[in-house]
Amino acid sequence: MYSEKVMDHFMNPRNVGEIENPDGVGQVGNARCGDIMKIYLKIEDNRIVDIKFKTFGCGAAIATSSMATELVKGKTIEEALALTNKAVADALDGLPPIKMHCSVLAEEAIKAAIEDYRSKQLVKSK
Amino acid sequence: MERRVYMDYAATTYVKQEVMEEMMPYFTEKYGNPSSVHSFGREARKAVDLARERTAKALNASTDEIYFTGGGSESDNWAIKGAALANKQKGNHIITSSIEHHAVLYTCQYLEKMGFEVTYLPVDQYGLVNPEDVKKAITDKTILISIMFANNEIGTIQPVKEIGRIAREHGVYFHTDAVQAVGHVPIDVKDMNIDLLSLSAHKFYGPKGVGALYVRKGVRIHPYLHGGAQERNRRAGTENLPGIVGLGKAIELAYENLEESNSKLAAMRDRLIAGIMEKIDHVRLNGHPVKRLPGNANLSFEFIEGEALLLSLDMKGIAASSGSACTSGSLDPSHVLLAIGLTHEIAHGSLRLTLGDDNTDEDVDYVLEVLPGIVERLRNMSPLFAQHKGEKYYV
Repeated sequence: MYSEKVMDHFMNPRNVGEIENPDGVGQVGNARCGDIMKIYLKIEDNRIVDIKFKTFGCGAAIATSSMATELVKGKTIEEALALTNKAVADALDGLPPIKMHCSVLAEEAIKAAIEDYRSKQLVKSK
Repeated sequence: MERRVYMDYAATTYVKQEVMEEMMPYFTEKYGNPSSVHSFGREARKAVDLARERTAKALNASTDEIYFTGGGSESDNWAIKGAALANKQKGNHIITSSIEHHAVLYTCQYLEKMGFEVTYLPVDQYGLVNPEDVKKAITDKTILISIMFANNEIGTIQPVKEIGRIAREHGVYFHTDAVQAVGHVPIDVKDMNIDLLSLSAHKFYGPKGVGALYVRKGVRIHPYLHGGAQERNRRAGTENLPGIVGLGKAIELAYENLEESNSKLAAMRDRLIAGIMEKIDHVRLNGHPVKRLPGNANLSFEFIEGEALLLSLDMKGIAASSGSACTSGSLDPSHVLLAIGLTHEIAHGSLRLTLGDDNTDEDVDYVLEVLPGIVERLRNMSPLFAQHKGEKYYV
């Protein structure tokens, strides 16, 4: 059902955890549907210098969280915002059709975290 | 080689050696069509007759009350549609429960579209149907009550005899989906007032793709498959000869050593449940503590999701199943777990381990050794667990 890459990122997820005093946090999904992703960002000079995640969900939810964080780590905010769910799924050598929503969730979680960072910057600049 | 432990016997069983041996000649040597008049046909007919006798004996039925089918789902479909259509002049009301297998639930939903009315009875926290609720739901339009014998997910065994008595008193047909029960608990269709009963061979060490429907003498029911005189004009299609032979042998074997094998199974199951509850926090047992199938353990682990649990167990060679949405192929978790009052979140974290004849105490030890670490790993990844522990919540 899952590719080897999905299984690798599920069994050995990259960037699991939390960041103390993060610059941005995004949480998407809900427990009712069985998926929650939470992303923590550390940002310096407009660049994601650290990223961590915590996920409640199935194998694909955990693997897409792991892959999405890998794909944007070290990238600028603008580069990270250009991340698509398809890019996440492709990097995992594909997902079963019923699991594509997990990759959507991963994209949304990263964008929500960046959104949170930006709104905090706005508050600071005022 | 890596250790492999099968604890998904409710999904399917292996075929027992004795069953296999009895089936084999019917593929290659005794391949006649039971409907043929020649010696090949007569030989095949004799085998079908023997299987029918064995099946009838196991249920305390007569041979002319047993009809072989293509499996449990077909038997359920036939029982419900066949009885509904044959009795629609009498009424259009059917009573069932909210925790039936989809073969029953979806068939009832289909009949609703055809103009039948269906009452879906609730169950209590253990998954039990209250016979009083059945009684209250009966109207002068009620033609059929369909309540499963034992639940496939949580293993709860229903008060079938009481429900049967109520149905008989009111002159309403009683069907029970006994796919999970046959071969695992004693069944007496006469004593339990059962009119229709579905069973499936691959749940009791017989082959897949073959089942039976018990139809009490005198019950009005339409055929489901038309086109041949097989099964006394009630189920067309050339008989699955090796399959039927296997079913007959398997059901006979299952009831030969029932008590002994059940007490061994129940002891392993209880040790498994107790061990999990002792080693892991925030776990609940789903289903009835006592009135449950001897091999069934169903537990919910808070803060984690069932499919992730299954994949992790699979990596350790352990085969199990779950009622989470991700394993059901829909967005909602199991209707059974929701019906017993679990929240979506808890239902997503369910794990079903069903034990069978090949399991050993070492298998139980292995699961107890591996499972706590898996649950801990997934919980440490879960934002819900972090919230629960009251870790600093940075927003």
